[in-house]
Amino acid sequence: MMNYVWAGMIILAYVFAVSGGRTEAVTQSALDGAKGAVDMVISLLGMMCFWTGLLEIAKRSGLTEKLAKLASPLMRILFPKLKKEKEAQSAIIMNMIANFLGLSNAATPLGIKAMEELDRINGKKQIASSEMCMFVVINTASITLMPTTLITLRSAAGSTEPFSVIVPVWICSVLSVTAGIVAAKLFDRREDERGLCRRLR
Amino acid sequence: MQAIKVISGGVMPAMLISIIGYGLIKGINVFDAFLNGAKDGMKTAVKILPALVGLIAAITMLRTSGALEFITRMLAPVTSVFKMPPEVLPLALLRPVSGSGALAVVNDIFKAHGADSLVGYTASVMMGSTETTFYTLAVYYGAVGIKDSRYALKAALIADFVGMVSSCLVCRMFF
Repeated sequence: MMNYVWAGMIILAYVFAVSGGRTEAVTQSALDGAKGAVDMVISLLGMMCFWTGLLEIAKRSGLTEKLAKLASPLMRILFPKLKKEKEAQSAIIMNMIANFLGLSNAATPLGIKAMEELDRINGKKQIASSEMCMFVVINTASITLMPTTLITLRSAAGSTEPFSVIVPVWICSVLSVTAGIVAAKLFDRREDERGLCRRLR
Repeated sequence: MQAIKVISGGVMPAMLISIIGYGLIKGINVFDAFLNGAKDGMKTAVKILPALVGLIAAITMLRTSGALEFITRMLAPVTSVFKMPPEVLPLALLRPVSGSGALAVVNDIFKAHGADSLVGYTASVMMGSTETTFYTLAVYYGAVGIKDSRYALKAALIADFVGMVSSCLVCRMFF
């Protein structure tokens, strides 16, 4: 998909450039943009290292596991059918904690591990189970305690209050993830009823 | 508003002290752990650089050519319904598709309007409260060979939509 989006952006830029007589400026801006990207990554580099360093401390000290224990009541609400599936449960919790702490590098492998566990339990291969849907929806609307990249980008752009966005980000993430969970539960129930009707017929 | 600023500003110190403090109590070598983790951060930064070069170049081109302004103006009636500043629309469109693309748009918005403007503030909250839906879906379902994703995409897009609209509303309230 990004294949077409990216190519489309550049082609569209030139279509407008030619019709507006700004071809040279647009070509120059490609070079400026490339340089800007390097500047941006350099400005993010320090904070990224600092943050991943801190999270490694949290991991080694067992703080992440402790948080996982705190999250277990929530698991019972989101994944009621996984009560006895300890492996799947712990992979899901660790993935959610990693997302929560902003450890996206660790979150993806843990998430794939969780999907593999869910797949093992899933009766119908190739068709997503309800647990898989719920898990993926939560992941696509993940809640982060500390949006590090964003805050660093803000301060690099000269913000006087780079941290002021944290609380609004929390509010909106909670609203978003709640909407996703409710939608998933509702869609799930509707599909269940349909399935039941089909079987009765 | 003041309370929100105080809480927002307090999160970072609280996390720093509790993570390092807990590490010390548990008797681990915190500095050694820190160094090891920091190396990962370095790797991530290097890994995202090529995508960012390509995408930021493309977005800068779109802006210079006037295409971005044209699209924003065309869709202004849509954005006004959700009280969305029209400048953040490109972000809303690109966010579910590409994480680094969205980051590039946010950077562009900061450059053009400033990070502390309403537009910059809204873009920040939108970026922070939503995810790269299509990518996540593709990676997770792809990993275990799921062909039928059922309602997952629908529900995930509803979540994104709610996140985006609420960012616009919440920012207008707090700004």
